[in-house]
Amino acid sequence: MKNHSAQNFSSASNRSTESILKKTISKPWLWAFIAASLAFAATMVISGGQGGSSLFYTAMTFASFAAIVGLGQMLVITLGPGNVDLSIPATMTLAATVALKVMATESGMVPIGILVVLVVGALCGLMNFGLIILLRIPPIIATLSASFIFQSLAIWSNRGLRIKPPEIMGQFVTGGVLGIPNVAWIGIGIAAVVWVVMERSITGRWISAIGQNLRAAKLSGVPVNRVRFGVYLTSAILASVSGFLLANFSGGAALNMGTEYMLMSIAVVVIGGSSIAGGNSNVPGIWGAALFMFLLVSMLNSYGLGAGVRLMLTGLIIVVLVALASKPGDLR
Amino acid sequence: MNRESLRILLPVVSLAVLLGAVFYLQPRAMSYFGLNLLFNLAIPVALATVAQMMVIMVNDIDLSIGTFVSFCACVTATFVNETPLLGYSILAVSIVAYAALGALIHYRNLPAIVVTLGMSFVWGGLAVLILPSPGGASPQWLQSLMSVKPPLLPVAIIAPVVIGFLTHILIMRSSFGVLLRGVGGNDRTVSRAGWSVLKLKASAYGLAGLFGVLSGMALIGLTTSADANIALRYTLLSVAGVILGGGEFTGGRISPIGAVIGALTLTLAASFLSFLRLSPDWQIGSQGAILILVLAVRLVFSRKEQVA
Repeated sequence: MKNHSAQNFSSASNRSTESILKKTISKPWLWAFIAASLAFAATMVISGGQGGSSLFYTAMTFASFAAIVGLGQMLVITLGPGNVDLSIPATMTLAATVALKVMATESGMVPIGILVVLVVGALCGLMNFGLIILLRIPPIIATLSASFIFQSLAIWSNRGLRIKPPEIMGQFVTGGVLGIPNVAWIGIGIAAVVWVVMERSITGRWISAIGQNLRAAKLSGVPVNRVRFGVYLTSAILASVSGFLLANFSGGAALNMGTEYMLMSIAVVVIGGSSIAGGNSNVPGIWGAALFMFLLVSMLNSYGLGAGVRLMLTGLIIVVLVALASKPGDLR
Repeated sequence: MNRESLRILLPVVSLAVLLGAVFYLQPRAMSYFGLNLLFNLAIPVALATVAQMMVIMVNDIDLSIGTFVSFCACVTATFVNETPLLGYSILAVSIVAYAALGALIHYRNLPAIVVTLGMSFVWGGLAVLILPSPGGASPQWLQSLMSVKPPLLPVAIIAPVVIGFLTHILIMRSSFGVLLRGVGGNDRTVSRAGWSVLKLKASAYGLAGLFGVLSGMALIGLTTSADANIALRYTLLSVAGVILGGGEFTGGRISPIGAVIGALTLTLAASFLSFLRLSPDWQIGSQGAILILVLAVRLVFSRKEQVA
């Protein structure tokens, strides 16, 4: 829709050069990366160009956690209005606490720990979708009430103890290859897979089709429930993977470790240029937005602003960005 | 029995069943003080739930209500207590801000979920600015209002009844309420009939702001001091309360009395566990479980309705 109007607009004059420019500018994911670069540059101005590479490294690390959950949330939101996964923070916490407990700081247990993460994620996804399909609960409420239960399970399973990650995992998540952190490689890899699925496979078409018009998708023979099941499962598994990486990175699972990722996961989807109304996803934008969200905070930090002002500006910037990005008359 | 009263039946029954179970386990709760203790903290939750209901009524969802109530609580415990005039002005301005957000959301056709999400950072940031560390104090009148002991029934029972009754009159029995619900049902029809949807949506958000302010004040009257994260849980609790009370996400189908009962049920669910001598680890989980249970029962009912 947006591309069309941009092209029509430009056809009036200087068609050849301007349309290319417009096409590039109308790529919503580009804006996220531009904003991220601006925030990076603004931070560099303050530090006088010092510590650029370490800021890049940290940003890539933290952006990975947000990008991985954001990709899952993006798939869910693409399913259309009313679809959102509010259980992401609780799933992250639950998977991380259980896995760290199972591994019990022993490096040899890492493969089993990873298996546990995947199983916990799958079970959480199963629970979410079970509530949605069997009890016909709206996804917001289904994932919300499921998250209450996941949260209790997490509290019950670790009793407030902070179990350290195995040494080998601690080294892996803080380490990097070719100047890119290992967790970022994982995040980029997952993003690549999701991109291929969304842009090059029939499954991706199905997901978008359901988001654009559920009834039409159903009538044209899309296996709606199977696709939705897959999406909710994927979202939960990605959340648990991200939670696991985060817990290993920060030296143990904390009960509130997932809290900020509820807002973060939705924010990166919207800032990244995916449609909040569903039906239109944008994978590169997720990474751009995740980088932007981290760099924005570190920029505000480097300007010496306190936590309160920082939070306020972050919120205002999100609201302003969304208000500018959407046009009156766009479908919600 | 009409549809409206049918909608309210299930929340009433679930609250009664839960309350019966509590009384069975702990007969001493069946007293003036017992009831007050059980439902004391339900008053701010009920007010926040009504606020959420105003937004859900116009087909949106407010993910910032928890931080907003925290912000109002911080303002109440500091400015309202020390410099009342300034304090009340801040609260009044924040209600106007809420209404303005509603207007903006409608005017630019924005996704409410994202705007309120962004606003939750803003309110949270302001709360931290006002009260970087826990503290403040309740205004004297507020504290004595919340701890007043009327004869026969405790405040914890009277207040929710009054809140439910007043919002019921406003939303279900006034022509203004019909218009507001109409925006949720079909805003185009309302607009073609010559009403300004912009104004109506702003009013719905303004009402949400008003009840958010009341919730923050009530909370401070009970706790007597504030901190910036005091009411974060309210965002999820309020959504759950509205749905538990028979509300739906679309179509302006909501029930103010149901929402208040939903809030009471969720509060009771949390204390129910301590009567079962279960570990408090399961407190949040039990709220989730009760929500699921009630929705499952509702499904059975709605299926029967379809058959009949």
